[in-house]
Amino acid sequence: MSPSRKVKVEESITSANDAIAGQIRARLDDAGVFAINLMASPGGGKTSLILRTVDALKDDLRLAAVDGDVVPVDVDKIATRGIPVELINTGGNCHLDANMVQTALPRLDLTAIDLLIVENVGNLICPASFDLGVDANVVIASVPEGDDKPYKYPAMFRGADVLLLNKVDYLAVEDFDVDYFRRGVEALNEGVAFFPISCRTGEGLEAWFDWLRGQVRAKRAQASVAAPLS
Amino acid sequence: MHELGITEQLLELTLRHAEEAGAERVTRLNLVIGEFSSVVDESIQFYWEMMAEDTLAAGAELNFTRVPGRFHCAGCDTDFGLAEFEGCCPACGGVEVSVADGKQFQLESIEVEGSGVHVPQPES
Repeated sequence: MSPSRKVKVEESITSANDAIAGQIRARLDDAGVFAINLMASPGGGKTSLILRTVDALKDDLRLAAVDGDVVPVDVDKIATRGIPVELINTGGNCHLDANMVQTALPRLDLTAIDLLIVENVGNLICPASFDLGVDANVVIASVPEGDDKPYKYPAMFRGADVLLLNKVDYLAVEDFDVDYFRRGVEALNEGVAFFPISCRTGEGLEAWFDWLRGQVRAKRAQASVAAPLS
Repeated sequence: MHELGITEQLLELTLRHAEEAGAERVTRLNLVIGEFSSVVDESIQFYWEMMAEDTLAAGAELNFTRVPGRFHCAGCDTDFGLAEFEGCCPACGGVEVSVADGKQFQLESIEVEGSGVHVPQPES
């Protein structure tokens, strides 16, 4: 038997996923689509936030959604708002990966979308490991889940570009220390955008909508610089 | 459970590098994983044994180097671990805290046996 030798690799374990994520990013950039990967625990408020967001923005922006799930319950809810929505059947898988998203993209007309919302599987651990090629990872935490979540799930909160703290209408009845929660997130992820909201009462949502409008505008401007309209 | 998807990618990455190196067999994988990457070693090991079967990497040992999660306090220049992190620096109570280490999620190297001559396989 020949002696063993070491071969240097020095690549991310998820480099196959990351390569596909790069292709998705390029397609979205070309089309000028601003896309978010929405992650939360089950019941954190992903679908409620999507419905609120669609209702607020659909007159100004062209929205679409893809939903990683096993049943079309959420897809049907989102479809009632009259925007294109595609189910990515995850077959019970605990997360979306770039390949699943790429498979769904041809079913959408990217030239007719300003804002694409990718609703990930309800889970605070697994989705954090997979880059989906979107512009922003948006994590929703909610007050009833407790203020210790950034300390228990550092990987998820580390990947967040935007953090929404949902169900702030429960702050009156929960021992939830917003500062403690926020400090945990900021230490893990400097510069994270933070929005305390309530999808039930509508509190704080205007700031989130404004943030989205600004991002969509910036993305469009970038795309038209890269490929000026003739 | 995301370890299944991770392990698939790990195998793909390993086999690509093994074939490029003209290896006949992969004996060991050296992985460096920081505490901020949420994977369970035993779970990767479990999937690995199933998936690597019938490949060049069958029976390869997985060697995990775990890097502890560390924070740094810009206020007093202290480093401390994830377990000591309660929202502020345990030494000075400051909140200018950021991640210093533990982000790794890499296949650093593989150990292989074989001639080292890369023989391109004819397209089948």
